[in-house]
Amino acid sequence: MRHDSVLGTLTVAAVLCIVCSVIVSATAVSLRERQESNKVLEMKRNVLVAAGLFEEGDTVEELFGQVERHLIDLSSGRVVEDGEVDPESYDPRTAAKDPELGVEIDPEKDLAGIKRRGKYAFVYLVRKDEAIEQIILPVYGKGLWSTLYGFLSLRRDGRTVSGITFYEHKETPGLGGEVDNPVWKASWSGKQVRDESGRPILEVLRGSVSAEDPQAFHKIDGLSGATITSRGVQNLIQYWLGSDGFGPYLEQLDR
Amino acid sequence: MSESKSREVLWSPVFRNNPIALQILGICSALAVTSKLETAVVMSLAVTFVIACSNATVSLIRSVIPSSIRIIVQMTIISSLVILVDQFLQAYFFEISKQLTVFVGLIITNCIVMGRAEAFAMKNGVGMSFLDGIGNGLGYSLILIVVGFFRELLGAGAIWGYTVFPLARDGGWYVPNGLMLLPPSAFFLIGLFIWVLRTWNPEQVEKD
Repeated sequence: MRHDSVLGTLTVAAVLCIVCSVIVSATAVSLRERQESNKVLEMKRNVLVAAGLFEEGDTVEELFGQVERHLIDLSSGRVVEDGEVDPESYDPRTAAKDPELGVEIDPEKDLAGIKRRGKYAFVYLVRKDEAIEQIILPVYGKGLWSTLYGFLSLRRDGRTVSGITFYEHKETPGLGGEVDNPVWKASWSGKQVRDESGRPILEVLRGSVSAEDPQAFHKIDGLSGATITSRGVQNLIQYWLGSDGFGPYLEQLDR
Repeated sequence: MSESKSREVLWSPVFRNNPIALQILGICSALAVTSKLETAVVMSLAVTFVIACSNATVSLIRSVIPSSIRIIVQMTIISSLVILVDQFLQAYFFEISKQLTVFVGLIITNCIVMGRAEAFAMKNGVGMSFLDGIGNGLGYSLILIVVGFFRELLGAGAIWGYTVFPLARDGGWYVPNGLMLLPPSAFFLIGLFIWVLRTWNPEQVEKD
């Protein structure tokens, strides 16, 4: 059989396809478990980072033992009861696209620019002697180039920031990418994000917060050279703490 | 097959016939992943592995590859290898694979890989093709590592994540050059590198 004949060509192509697909699928399947556990570990680590509980070199699993995870219904703010949705398989990102598990966000209210979100969301609680010490909320929304994914940690009053971290974004390094800057992230600690009535009041300024400003307690320095990313961060925090986001849940905690 | 020929095949792509500096191939990833030394090194290893293995595989089956579909055959082999690397990084080097994002997948379109398969592996034996792959991988790596080194040093005042120049914003003296963190800076660095290389090897300069 000549290799350049039609039959020869088809045979070589078919054999090559089979061999390559077997190799590729074998690798993908055998490594899947490890990749999944990497993702879960990464998520846990970021929750701990937002809560300020993680130091480089600590074991994530051990520390995560003190964190409780709850799945809540965003519209009512109550914790999902057994059997309603399975928290083990629920993934907020795929749920947002799902016709049943996701909802369209009213464009008027869609500050974060995400268009759809899951009906349910996870919240993470850190307790100390039974009392809630920190409430860690997953937040995300559009920056300049990308969607920023992060966690915002609130103190027990549900109004004061304890910490913030962004674990996934594709903003410009050195400009919008400075959302990762530890100094900037530390400036969030102690700021008020909701007022007495629960309305989100946090502002990310253009430029820096003046020390004399009596309103400084709910204002954050903007990132220089990254106006759109800074505004995106403000909007996504406003959205997720508002009535369409975790507002109802936080109100229930207030009571 | 003499030893000097092997040596020639392995080392000439590093300086004398560098795929990036002389053939100006594979520039895209050289701009994208070199803002830090660590990502540059991992990318270099990934590309070297892919070129060497694709060269060896293509060379191994070169006598049965029908010429009408040879490009597709090479592409299939290269893509499979790239998927292997990508999956492996996601499983064992999760942090780095997150930083390299799409650029691992884009090794498939790296002109050096395809170029070596077509230009060298289709005509030479397995061992030589493998060496040629390693050599071109090293040539690519050399540029990435040099560029990554300077970009991280000047852009973030660090090498491999360790602070070398204490930054002004953390109370040190060094004000980092923000341009170095952006992809265009790699153009300037690669340009300077080519200048140095051609001053040293004047025969690389094109005639007018």
